[in-house]
Formats: sequence, structure tokens, C-alpha cells
Amino acid sequence: MTASVFFGCTFIAFGPAIALFLFTIARDPLRVIFLIAGAFFWLCSLLLSSLVWFITVQISNKESSSQQKGLLIFGVVLSVLLQETCRFGYYKLLKKANEGLLMLSAEETMPISIRQLAYVSGLGFGFMSGAFSMVNILADSVGPGTTGIHGDSQHYFLSSAFMTMAIILLHMFWGVVFFDSCEKQHWWSLAVVVISHLLVSCLTFQNPQYVGSLVPTYIIVFLVGLWAFFCSGGSLRNLKLCLTCKDKDFLLANHRPR
Amino acid sequence: MSTSDSEEDSYNERTALVASEIPSVPSYQQDPDQPQPADMEPRRRTVAPEPAAEPPSLDRSAVEREPVDLEEEEELPLKYGAKHVIMLFVPVTLCMVVVVATIKSVSFYTEKNGQQLIYTPFTEDTDTVGERLLNSVLNTIIMISVIVVMTIFLVVLYKYRCYKFIHGWLILSSLMMLFWFSFMYLGEVFKTYNLAMDYPTVAMIIWNFGVVGMICIHWKGPLQLQQAYLIAISALMALVFIKYLPEWSAWVILGAISVYDLVAVLCPKGPLRMLVETAQERNEPIFPALIYSSAMIWMVGMANPARHAEPTNQDTGSSDEEAHRSEGSALARDWVEPETQVSSGMNRSYSTEDDLDEEDRGVKLGLGDFIFYSVLVGKAAATGGDWNTTLACFVAILIGLCLTLLLLAIFKKALPALPISITFGLVFYFSTDNLVRPFMDNLAAHQFYI
Repeated sequence: MTASVFFGCTFIAFGPAIALFLFTIARDPLRVIFLIAGAFFWLCSLLLSSLVWFITVQISNKESSSQQKGLLIFGVVLSVLLQETCRFGYYKLLKKANEGLLMLSAEETMPISIRQLAYVSGLGFGFMSGAFSMVNILADSVGPGTTGIHGDSQHYFLSSAFMTMAIILLHMFWGVVFFDSCEKQHWWSLAVVVISHLLVSCLTFQNPQYVGSLVPTYIIVFLVGLWAFFCSGGSLRNLKLCLTCKDKDFLLANHRPR
Repeated sequence: MSTSDSEEDSYNERTALVASEIPSVPSYQQDPDQPQPADMEPRRRTVAPEPAAEPPSLDRSAVEREPVDLEEEEELPLKYGAKHVIMLFVPVTLCMVVVVATIKSVSFYTEKNGQQLIYTPFTEDTDTVGERLLNSVLNTIIMISVIVVMTIFLVVLYKYRCYKFIHGWLILSSLMMLFWFSFMYLGEVFKTYNLAMDYPTVAMIIWNFGVVGMICIHWKGPLQLQQAYLIAISALMALVFIKYLPEWSAWVILGAISVYDLVAVLCPKGPLRMLVETAQERNEPIFPALIYSSAMIWMVGMANPARHAEPTNQDTGSSDEEAHRSEGSALARDWVEPETQVSSGMNRSYSTEDDLDEEDRGVKLGLGDFIFYSVLVGKAAATGGDWNTTLACFVAILIGLCLTLLLLAIFKKALPALPISITFGLVFYFSTDNLVRPFMDNLAAHQFYI
């Protein structure tokens, strides 16, 4: 529970997300607003699912720990479904807002495309989800204590940090894929997103056997990331051009006027 | 303990949000008889040469101009408005971060030693829940009535042009804030971190901090320094409120304040609205002080940055004698120097549109809004120690501010900034604290992830 644990876990959990925010979102005010709105929607979904869980707990038998665990699992599944519902709701809201803007504006192009919105909203969901999962743990890691003194796993902080990073990245990828499939009306890929979210959450039921939860989660991160990459228009050719700095569009777009 | 009731007064006017991204001509052409956000006037004047007496033949021009500009203006809100939303997000976030950081580290501001402000005389150390609730409601009623009386008195003072009086009190208020409160704050920080410090050094630091603050706020200074001082003062004020308001009273007061804000700014007979109308009739911009402005207005041939808010209250923070003084000063406090205001108004009339870059049009937010947002988030951080609640309140307030600014862009008149944000903040505070917290704690204990 040292400072190095605190900083290490913070950067592991939030490093990629903060880097993404700083390099791609921070400069554009519109994207920041939609990011925060995405965070707000995630928060609303959490509120609803906590409400339902709370009510079920109140009417249940508080003594029986297996029942409580069962209710918690039910809460997790419900929460995942509500999150995806809220993501869909956010998508609908953004579409309406986009249409309204397009009608009113003199220009033909939108100030922000639906793909950017997908990315930003996914990251917003991820930020909030990661923050809610991790911040209390980080605050505890600054204080005194010994990890796993009662026989629990010693790797609590580290595994939480890695899991949080995975979840944040996943939310971002899910956002991209989700919006894309809503745009193209591919309901099956929407279902796959929801199922993969459920899968990731259910894998965590195995904690503290981290091998069973972290490794498959990262495989899923990689796969969904690839899917999101191809969904948003990436291809091997694009990637090659980008990496060898031959992509003229990219270079031009990032060329700063003097 | 006396509180800065001037605080309460000031934030009332201060909680009006004013749009500024309206293109010059239409905004200038709006009917002056309608209550307009007075804060818009300085900007309008910079963009159009202003005749000394504005004939309200603007009526018809207003009507004609409206449809034409509506399209541009409505598209502008999102492209333009997004920038202004961020220009307000950043200082609000900074203020909240300062308050939360202080609350979490300096224990002084969360210690309750039974001292209360004289405006909340009823204690909350009662035996029954009902009694406690009753006491907090009574406290709120007293606080709000003090605010209402102060605001009305302020309106009366303004009507009778007691500018010098007000000016003097404002300076006294900011002196108090910048010197006394920051000294107290510095002392507590040193105590928390156990830093040895000698009086001469502290005197140097506080003297420099205070004098530069007075200059920046009341005269001229770099915009960012002015903004930083305003944020610092709002944070200090919020910390005082967090310390001296009892638990339940604080929440009830927050709720009541937002209702009052709504009424005062929007109702035709509301004091704030009357204030705006009076300023309108006199062609004076009102309350440039005690308002955080996100942009500066540059005039032809002179660098005259827009005045920013002076510290809203002087919280005497100590004895009852001072309470009376503060009561008197409270009235003046909210005021911004009308004389300088008028003169700067006239100066501004010489500037032309070229001077005003579109980027410089900022949105203004009252310091009272900063203070109450920070009080809400600070209280969320103080009670419980759960970071999720603090985060939830933070996001809720930002979203409320965003919605308020959106409404501002649509309605283009002074709007109360407290109601939506505080409502969201309160809803999220209570629901996160009671519903989400046990859920997340259970999940974390099992390391389940959602």
C-alpha cells in the first residue's frame, strides 16, 4: 500500500484512457461535452440497476450469504443489460440531436460525425465505469494496510487495475461497434456486443482466480478492438500507410497551419 | 460566527448566466424594455457604436432581425456554444477540485465544533429526527429570508444610486476575503502538513497574494490571474460554508437556494429581474463584478479588460460584532463599482466591431454559482469518504451546467444557473450515497465488474 502501488495502479488503469483523452478529445470542446454526457448516461444506468438491486436486497433474506451472492450476480447481469440499453438510448438521443443540428445549420457537414460520437461516448462510458470501479480502491491503496491479510489474494490492486483498463478499452470498442451496427441495422452484431459484455462481467465471477478472468478478458479486448478497427474503416492497407507515414490524408489532416 | 450574507445576496445576481455569443447587431437591436441580461450590454456596446440614448425603435428592428439571425444563431450555439461550455467547465472543475482536495486533506474544514453561523441558529444536535428536520427547515427559512431582504435592499440601493457606498463596501469585502480567509486557509494547510513557518514569511506571502488580488479584481490584471483569483475566492467561501453549515441545513439550503434563484431571475417581480430592468433603463451594465467572465473585451486604444467579480462576501468568521458590520456591508458587497462601470461603458462605446474577435465573447457565470456547486461537491466529499458520490455529483453538476448553457443559447436571456445543476447534484448525491454505494462496495468486495 505504498505510493508506488497507488501511482502504478492509477497509471495502469487510467493511462491509456487519459492518453486517448489528451490526444484526441481534449482539444475539441464538442467532444468533451459528449464525453461527459456519455459518462452521465452510464451513471444513470448504474443508478437504475442499483435501485433494483437495492430493492431486491431489502426484500430478501439478509442472513443467507448465498442468496446475497445470487442477488449480486443478478445485479451484475441487470446492470450490464441496463448499460447497453442506456448506450442505445444515448445513440438515439445523439441521432436526434444530429438531425436537429443538420436541419438548423447552414453548413452541409456536421461538426462531429457519428463515428466520432461513437468513440467519444464509448470512452465516456469507459471513464465513468473505470472510475467507479477503481477510485475507491486507489484511495484505499494510499492508506495503511496489508493486502490480503485474511488470506485473500495479494494481487488485489494490480488485478483491479488491469481489469479496469480492460473494461475502459472495451467500453470504447463496444461504443464504436454498437453505434456502427445501429447505423447499419445489423442487429446480430449488436447482440454480439451485449453478449461479449455479459461474458466479460461473468468471467469476473471467477475472481480471485485471475487467470480465468483476466486472460480471456484481454483476449476479448483484442478481438473487439480488431472488430472496432475494421468497423470504423480501418484496414491493413490503412494501417500500413499510417505506420510508414505515407498516409496523405492523415498527414494533411494533422498538418498544423503556420 | 457570521456568514457573509453578502455572499447570499451577491450570488443571487451572480447566478444569472448570460449569453454572449450573440452576434453584435441583433443583440444590440433587442428591445431594451425587455429584461435583457445586463451583462450582455458591455459586449454589445463594444460591437456597435452606441447612441447615448437608445430609442426603442429597436422594436421593429428586433423583430425583423430575429428570423434572419435565428438560423445563424441557432447553429452557432453548438459550434460556438461548445467552446463556451468548456470555458465554464474548466473553472467550475478547478474550483471543485480545490475544494475537494482541501476537504480530503485539511481536516479543519470537516471538524464540527458546534459553532454555527448566526444565520443558522437552530442546532442539529437534537434527539429526534423530526426535530432535526424542523430545525434545518427553520434554519433554511432564516437564511433565505436574509438573502431576500438583502437582495431587495440592494435593488433599492441601486435604484437610489448609492454607488460610492456600494463601491466602498465591495472593496472592504474583498479585502476581508483576500487577506483574512486566505491567511486562515494557509494556517490550516501548514498545520495539516506540519510545516514550520515564521510570521514574517507568512506576512509576505499573504500581503503579496492579497494586494495582487485586489489589483486584479478591482482594477486591471491579466485575465487568467483574475480568473484564478475568482476561483480561489469562491473556493474559500465554499469551504467556509461547508464548515459552518450544519449537515441537514446545508442540503435544505441548497435546495431552497435553487428555487429562490429560479424565482428571482425569472419572475417578473423577482428582485434580480428588477435589477436587470433598472440597469437596462439606465443603460448601465450591471454587476460586472462578482461574475466570472470567460473572456476579455478589448477596446480601441485601451486595454480595459472586463471587470471581474469581486469577492462576494466577506465572511468575518469570528465575532458577532462583525456580524452587524457584515450585514451592512453585505448590501454593498454585491455591487460592482458602478462609476467605473459607467465610465468603462462609455469607453466601450467607442470601440467598433473589429475589435471584438468572436473568440473573445465569453459567457459569464456568477460567483455564487461557483460557490454553491463547490459546496455541494465538497459536502459530498466530506460526508462519507466515498469517492463515487463525489464523482457522481461532479458529473451531475457539469451536465446541469451544460443543459443550462444550452437553454441560454436557445432563450438568449439571463438564466439562473443553480436550479438544474443543483437538482441533478442533489438527486445524484442522495441516490449514489444510498443506492449505488452498497452495490459498488459489494461488487468491489467480490471483485465483480460490471
